[in-house]
Amino acid sequence: MVDVLIIGAGVTGSAIARELARTERSVLVLERELDVCEGTSKANSGIVHAGHDAKPGSMKARMNVMGSRMMPALSRELDFPFENNTSLVIGMSAEDRETLEELLEQGRKNGVADLSIISGQEARRLEPNLSENVTCALRCGTGGIVDPFLLNIALAENANVNGVRFEFGRAVTDIKRERGGFVVKCADGSLYEAKFVVNAAGVYADKFHNMVSAHKLHITPRRGEYLLMDRKTQGFVRATIFQCPTKMGKGVLVTPTCHGNLLIGPTAEDIDDKEATATTAKGLAEVLAKAGLSAEHIPARQVITSFCGLRAHEDGGDFILGECADCPGFFDAAGIESPGLTSAPAIGVYMAELIQEKDRRPEKKNFTAKRKGIPCMATASPEERRRLVAENPLYANVVCRCELVTEGEILDAIHRPLGAKTLDGIKRRVRAGMGRCQAGFCTPKQMDILARELGTDIGAIVKSGPEARILEGYTKEDDPVGEIAFGMKNRTDTEAQ
Amino acid sequence: MSKVTELTCIRCPIGCAITVTQDDEGKVTEIVGNSCQNGYLYAENEVTNPTRIVTSTVRVDGGVLPVVSVKTNGDIPKARMFDCMKEINRVHVRAPVSIGDVVLKDVLGLGVDIVATKNVGVMKDGRVYSRTGSGDDQLPRDSV
Amino acid sequence: MADRTAKIVIIGGGPAGLSAASSAVKEGVDPSDVLILERDHVLGGILNQCIHNGFGLHTFHEELTGPEYAERFEKIVKEERIPCLLDTIVVNIEIEKGAEAAASPDGTGIDACKAGSGNDGAALSAACGRKLVSAMNKTDGYFTIEAETVILAMGCRERPRGALNIPGYRPAGIYTAGTAQRFVNIEGRMPGHRVVILGSGDIGLIMARRMTLEGAKVEVVAELMPYSGGLKRNIVQCLDDFGIPLKLSHTVVDIRGKERVEAVTIAQVGPDRKPVPGTEETYECDTLLLSCGLIPENELSGQLGVKLSGVTSGPVVNESLETSVPGVFACGNVLHVHDLVDYVSEEAAQAGKCAAKLVLGKCPAPDAPERVIPVLAKDGVRYTVPAEIRLNHMDELQTIRFRVGGVYKGASVVIDFDDQIFRSQKKKILAPGEMEQVILKKSDLEHAADLKAVTIRVAQAE
Repeated sequence: MVDVLIIGAGVTGSAIARELARTERSVLVLERELDVCEGTSKANSGIVHAGHDAKPGSMKARMNVMGSRMMPALSRELDFPFENNTSLVIGMSAEDRETLEELLEQGRKNGVADLSIISGQEARRLEPNLSENVTCALRCGTGGIVDPFLLNIALAENANVNGVRFEFGRAVTDIKRERGGFVVKCADGSLYEAKFVVNAAGVYADKFHNMVSAHKLHITPRRGEYLLMDRKTQGFVRATIFQCPTKMGKGVLVTPTCHGNLLIGPTAEDIDDKEATATTAKGLAEVLAKAGLSAEHIPARQVITSFCGLRAHEDGGDFILGECADCPGFFDAAGIESPGLTSAPAIGVYMAELIQEKDRRPEKKNFTAKRKGIPCMATASPEERRRLVAENPLYANVVCRCELVTEGEILDAIHRPLGAKTLDGIKRRVRAGMGRCQAGFCTPKQMDILARELGTDIGAIVKSGPEARILEGYTKEDDPVGEIAFGMKNRTDTEAQ
Repeated sequence: MSKVTELTCIRCPIGCAITVTQDDEGKVTEIVGNSCQNGYLYAENEVTNPTRIVTSTVRVDGGVLPVVSVKTNGDIPKARMFDCMKEINRVHVRAPVSIGDVVLKDVLGLGVDIVATKNVGVMKDGRVYSRTGSGDDQLPRDSV
Repeated sequence: MADRTAKIVIIGGGPAGLSAASSAVKEGVDPSDVLILERDHVLGGILNQCIHNGFGLHTFHEELTGPEYAERFEKIVKEERIPCLLDTIVVNIEIEKGAEAAASPDGTGIDACKAGSGNDGAALSAACGRKLVSAMNKTDGYFTIEAETVILAMGCRERPRGALNIPGYRPAGIYTAGTAQRFVNIEGRMPGHRVVILGSGDIGLIMARRMTLEGAKVEVVAELMPYSGGLKRNIVQCLDDFGIPLKLSHTVVDIRGKERVEAVTIAQVGPDRKPVPGTEETYECDTLLLSCGLIPENELSGQLGVKLSGVTSGPVVNESLETSVPGVFACGNVLHVHDLVDYVSEEAAQAGKCAAKLVLGKCPAPDAPERVIPVLAKDGVRYTVPAEIRLNHMDELQTIRFRVGGVYKGASVVIDFDDQIFRSQKKKILAPGEMEQVILKKSDLEHAADLKAVTIRVAQAE
């Protein structure tokens, strides 16, 4: 029996796990995929929202502002990329101007600092590529961007280092209240007993909640499609550019990523299928068209990949955080859509406090709050490069040439706590294959390294899930092997050299 | 009954569309559409005795690469390509292998050998990182 | 400062780099003054995985496979003892501090080096600014090489799925043709057993045959354009021979399968290259191969400030294949994508020779009067390499390579000297998939005293 069982190793589940790890209790995280950060956490805008969008008094507002305030210090503590790049919500009409005034007021009520409304001219001075049609903008000095993978991975790694157990490939199929606790059953037949359950299951949070509660939740997957562009586009915009929310929706954003790419999206389409992460021709066209309203000359030719994420939209429209009213011991962190990534650290603190109130435990004396990330040769100075290479020559052996990722970094990604077991796992940790050739050149090299380090054959290497095999057998496997046909068989290897 | 075959000539980039007519015995009676003598010969050959070079790989034991590339060292009948592949697929050789080594003599009795087209060295330790290596470190190398 | 020096640093040990190196040595550069930096474990570049035949007809007058062709050049490099660093990646190239002023960001050539005095090679190339090439490998660590000249020979990469905006899931089983080629030909592994191929570039066509011979079923090759981007002989011998359908004006509109590809849907496209609703056909398959174009890898060139062409994505060069940064040359697929490796070798030999002349001081004196004649592309000709000719640097014969933007039957390639037709050559067919060339004579250009520009264009048949 563990004290707390968390369903889901996304950013929310991982943040809660890390906060719980500060106190003396056993924590187990069950994840249906083979790695952390495999659901909504991996496919979003990577934005640290300032907090002017949510209604004052809502959970979203509270968690957003708190999360946004925590992010700079947390990024230093856990060593993940975060940049306070500011944000602009742009307006193109008198009506928009009114909306921006409302957002400004709402932001102030929510406690967001450094908000101001600026003219279109001033906005274009800050961002020369902004559309000529921009007449005003809400500038927000605390807006930021974060690497969503590394935020999630850092939280999970640090939780793990501090004693939280993670089990992968465990798709929860049933939850029962028994003897003052819970019995959780997985698709692979494994059974777990826990005193408390935390439901951080993203788009599936309603399913698990509804297993134990009569007060039903309903989560709609809201599809969002994105286009990502080559790092050559670095500097196209420096701030995150939001469109003014209208009756027609929230619009798409144009933002740099922490790694210098340009990201545009998302669309917003309510669908039924919680697995439908396919992009659509319509969606991708819409992203390009809408982004073109914000900025002139979106460099569409520089697109290197497109992707699609599902936001977990609960009918009530707010985060559902807390103990289930009719099922004591079952805690929801449900309906975590935007600004969920920003809010995750705050949700972690909030949820851990709720559990602490319910079952007070002493603080862990040896809790290690600090994490050191994997060195990054791509961004290191020549001096740092020389030092790293002197420390480990494999930091000089480049595997992914587009993003300049070395064998040393990939080995780190594999051998760290909760290390990478898949190609996507390596990609999210060290960016190998994330660049302009999209892993065309480095896939075989990464497979060799991964197979060697995991003690397996390259034929067993997967992209993400267990069925996502890269290879399907040998070229000659169906044919019987004949005699050694080659006349040099009598030569020994030594002679041959 | 005459037989009519439509071909695209590959003798040069023009890619003439050639029509070849054969009589019951297979004798070519007419070739039209070609713009040169090379095209005429190509078309005639394609309908009477089309041939191809086959390139593939064979398995290597103890090499720095699991397979070595090979080719037929002459044309074989086009219709025998898959038979030839069956023979190639049965072959395995022991490293080292050098370009030109005959890995299979007189394949299918066609008078053509299967020869290696790459040098594959011997695996020296189990932890070769990149397996593209030919195992040949005769390259002059100055250390920095 | 620098950890070592070299007169000529060649970035890339594929067909272009090897040919450039051997040519520089042939021109008289001491082999020990040349240095080849290769990112892979072996020389030869992509030829190592191109195990099909058809290479070398022009260069060696025999038909070789890729690895055999590469070995011919490797042999020269080994025999001449030209130094190579393998598994070595170049991370940066910059002009030595203090010398940047000499480098002109516009026009090509060493015209900006006129500050250098005399006709001495070292002085000449020093005036161009020495190049600091930062590289690393696991044996030597991170190091800097001071070079008089640099030859860019990094090759190209394949356009990935993401750049094609193909909608659908993102499962395993989607590979560029080149990645699949490596799995099959180097690793002896199958990337899948039922295959759809998008794009009819040569590597895609070659892989259709390779996968078929290795027992896979290639369902279809879909090509967005109304014509194939590959060589005719590849369509015949790789598709027609095996009854693999080539569907022109088709593209992939959906990919199914969450973890591994399960099906691919293709549809016909209209003249606007947009899918026509109602023409969708779905193929069950486990693999989608992409052969949708090659992109010269000019990230390093860009960092160095080399002027790039919007058409080729490669450097803009003069008759010596020298880029806008004096003393930096480019050749092979990094300059523009070739169809035949024989042309790569020929072009790279020219780059190697010109770099050699520069470091040996065999170039015309920098203060000698100079005539620069632009070579322009017009009417169906997409670009020309080179883009300008400096008459006093020109050899007796100058090859101008170019590609056309569409399929032309019975058209002519016309060379204009200013507004006058200088020469016109009838072509039965011109196609985007095949590189074309014309050869200019130095004497012809010299005789045209007031010549302002040479234009290459396609003239349609009346």
